Amino acid sequence: MATAYQDRKIPVAPLNAGDAPFFEGAAAGKLMVKYCNDCKQYHHYPRPMCPFCYSTHTEWRQARGTGVVYSFSISRATGPIPYAIAYVTLDEGPTIMTNIVETDLDTIQCGQKVTVVFKPTEDPKLAVPMFKPA
Amino acid sequence: MTIKGKAYIGGIFEHPARKLGNDISQAELHAQCSKGALEDAGLSFKDVDGYFGAGDIPGGLLSMVDYLNLTVRHLDQTYTGGSSYLYLVAHAAEAIAAGKCSVALISLADFGRRGTAVRDRGEGIAEQPFEYPFGPVTVNLYAMAAQRHMYQYGTTSEQLAQVKVAASHHAQWNPNAVIRKVLTTEDVLNSPMVADPLHRMDCCVVTDGGGAVVVVSPEIARQLKKPKVKLIGVGESSKDQMGGKIDLTYTGAVRSGPIAFAEAGVTPADIKYASIYDSFTITVVETIEDLGFCKKGEGGKFVCDGNLVSGVGKLPFNTDGGGMCNNHPGNKGGITKVIEAVRQLRGESHPKVQVKNCDIALAHGTGGSLGTRHGSATLIMERE
Ligand SMILES: [Zn+2]
Repeated sequence: MATAYQDRKIPVAPLNAGDAPFFEGAAAGKLMVKYCNDCKQYHHYPRPMCPFCYSTHTEWRQARGTGVVYSFSISRATGPIPYAIAYVTLDEGPTIMTNIVETDLDTIQCGQKVTVVFKPTEDPKLAVPMFKPA
Repeated sequence: MTIKGKAYIGGIFEHPARKLGNDISQAELHAQCSKGALEDAGLSFKDVDGYFGAGDIPGGLLSMVDYLNLTVRHLDQTYTGGSSYLYLVAHAAEAIAAGKCSVALISLADFGRRGTAVRDRGEGIAEQPFEYPFGPVTVNLYAMAAQRHMYQYGTTSEQLAQVKVAASHHAQWNPNAVIRKVLTTEDVLNSPMVADPLHRMDCCVVTDGGGAVVVVSPEIARQLKKPKVKLIGVGESSKDQMGGKIDLTYTGAVRSGPIAFAEAGVTPADIKYASIYDSFTITVVETIEDLGFCKKGEGGKFVCDGNLVSGVGKLPFNTDGGGMCNNHPGNKGGITKVIEAVRQLRGESHPKVQVKNCDIALAHGTGGSLGTRHGSATLIMERE
């Protein structure tokens, strides 16, 4: 069995204050993650206040863009085409929701090494990070 | 303060309809379910002094209190998806124990919605911009929990299927159940793959419907005719993405369960019947591990050999057929979990599935998504 990857139209939800660097970074080819200068940990999804130590001394940092598949599922009934939602654990630490792309979806596995690619959204100024096999 | 012995389930009602269309308004469905539970208790709307609702009340709590023309001294609206109604039973018991009301009415009434479309949940939700582009829907989020549980513990699709199969053995005796055919492992595995590794039959049914529960003080309970069902322990919690330290292999039951067991002063071995929220087969497998019915990672093995089937296995569950086969009113199965546990304790379940000497029962709700955020609430009840 094989389920070929196909590009799909990526919607965006209305951004909240502080969210833009993630999406604008992706549009510029950068995976941006929030880092806390007090407890020295990355977190995701990004907040101005660190969810671990509640410090406001957080900053955006560019992640390497490599990680492993924590889990995934291929949506076959949502339509119009199959797609693979996933959680990828970045080498920097946090696990982020994403899609696995540009591969036979039936070959995806937990623990698989992946690398970031950036996919355009329906908003030309915003992109999102997705991952393909490394 | 403890709720132990300070509140009883006085009345229950499950609406028999599974498909209502435009025949009845949502408010009237709440009213009919409420009336049914009050009549079951032998009480009337005039006796109600506390009203408790979730997210399915058109116009909110005040609109429903107005519609029912209630005069109350306690109000609570708590919305944690399908688990809401177990939280509300706990909150009603707490309010009664604190003397804030003595007849608490909890109602659910809603219409089913297929969960396959990716929905924009509205503005201002902090996590939504970071999830919505990736196509999260209820089933693929639960599927990611199942996928990880399989990877980490070797759980199989055949094992998950046993949850559906066991529920179908119970549902065959329920004339109102949507699925009454006794299903085989092959029936589940041969059903279409919706979101790997979950098949269509790993999912609960989608139905309209509703139900209601009346929680009363010990003084009121003494005046009622039905067998007395006493609340002895309640626990609640939630579980989420933990700032990115995601672990999909356990649920909030790891916290709500021990709180409820400690208050009740009982252990999993004392539970004769369990209503376990069954949105998907994986929900049951993870929950029974987290409540301590088996070790972490062994839920897949535990559900085999008919262990969930009444009269056969170690932990009879969802003897009404559960969300798997009976109903899931408006995508929310919490209230029916409470209702079937009360039937078991009263000895009112169908004779073919009634657990013998059922003196202590548990009901557990999981609402939201195992894959992102969910509510967890555990109730332990005793027949007096
Ligand atoms: Zn910090």
